[in-house]
Amino acid sequence: MEHPLTRRELARLITRIENGERGAQDALNALYPHSGRARIIGVTGAPGSGKSTLVAEMTRVLREQANPPRVAIVAVDPSSPFSGGAILGDRIRMRDLYGDPGVFIRSMASRGALGGIAAATADVVTVLDAGGFEVILIETVGAGQLEVDVARIAQTVIVVEAPGAGDEVQAVKAGILEIADIIVVNKADREGVAQTVSALKMALDIAPAGAGHHGAQADNEPVQSDAYHWQAPILKVSALNREGIPDVLAALQHHAEMLAASGEGERRRRKRVEADIQARLRELLLQHALHALTNSDYQRVLAAADQRTLHPAEAARRLLQSLNL
Amino acid sequence: MTSSTEQQPGAPARPLRILIAKPGLDGHDRGAKVIARALRDAGMEVIYTGLRQTPEMIAEAALQEDVDAVGLSILSGAHNVLLPRIVEALRERGMGDVPIFAGGIIPDEDAPALREAGVAGIFGPGSPIADIIAFIRAHTPARD
Repeated sequence: MEHPLTRRELARLITRIENGERGAQDALNALYPHSGRARIIGVTGAPGSGKSTLVAEMTRVLREQANPPRVAIVAVDPSSPFSGGAILGDRIRMRDLYGDPGVFIRSMASRGALGGIAAATADVVTVLDAGGFEVILIETVGAGQLEVDVARIAQTVIVVEAPGAGDEVQAVKAGILEIADIIVVNKADREGVAQTVSALKMALDIAPAGAGHHGAQADNEPVQSDAYHWQAPILKVSALNREGIPDVLAALQHHAEMLAASGEGERRRRKRVEADIQARLRELLLQHALHALTNSDYQRVLAAADQRTLHPAEAARRLLQSLNL
Repeated sequence: MTSSTEQQPGAPARPLRILIAKPGLDGHDRGAKVIARALRDAGMEVIYTGLRQTPEMIAEAALQEDVDAVGLSILSGAHNVLLPRIVEALRERGMGDVPIFAGGIIPDEDAPALREAGVAGIFGPGSPIADIIAFIRAHTPARD
């Protein structure tokens, strides 16, 4: 970049991007070529599993290294589906990071997105990446089984479990475990750790080794690079007691090396870009259609579907037809 | 489909972002949590930072989160010291235009000096939450 953004400018730009304000896309267009350098790590897991504390501790340890990376944290919490408001409380667990100019923390509300992050999270990460943060940690909303969108942004996904939270059946279920590159069993000072670890091990043994999962899959493409051999490690951590964090950072380093050496990192990156473009194209097409349709056509089809004389799929098809695309 | 002055369908109004913080050493945050929840229910995004925040921590959080207003809950009696320091810490960061409001136990006789120091809204015990919401809406004009 010509000149680095101040923290204030960075914060304001993030707001404009979140809100889709005028000029935000121009800024993103200018910043995008300067992004792509950061190590982007997703941290997801059930509510109360200790994601915020883990993220704070990882950041603290990273910042205590020689030549510490600048670290940005994007912490997403859910918006109320009723009021649209939100309480963003992840900073409560990150207070020890205060005063470090190499750390930037931004809370985001999910604003209606259901995938565990907000629609604008990817663009916010791009801004932080271009802004020179070498490590970006994305903390998702408390996620269960379907909130897997963070895998569309992050190079490595850490899934956080807590003892007692996932019995065997839960662990075998499809869901966030499938996007895990690293599994952290947090609160390892508590009872039930051994059971949780063995349930997770069993779930991973049932799954095909290193099941690939990142990005959109095209039918005729390999699920992952042949040289990518990765079994998600299960790490016992007590973030609150500052135990096990170096193991997590070592696993992240190993995964980065495996992604680079196997070509899997490159494959995932291309997939992420493709999925991103497709998602945005979908949105643009919808906006375009809603603008181009005449209100009377739209209302007539809407009413017919409401009266159950027209199936919604057929309604959508007719609207598309009337657009003469 | 919609008139040009209206927002696009599906695009919600921009939520206000409000920092709610507890400066100082008292450990009672029930009031702060009640306010946070009420503001959420009014459609605002509330960044809640928890207990025992220094003025610098509060100002830095306000900067990183780019909030539209800062709300402070103080029960310790140290408001005459802490609130002006928070105003100052925000000004140092170029955020002197961000409205500040405070609640908790602030005697009426302290209010004029605090207003003079830059605390735009002072809400004593029993203040209706609707007053706080009205204050925020009145003091946060749409930004560029």
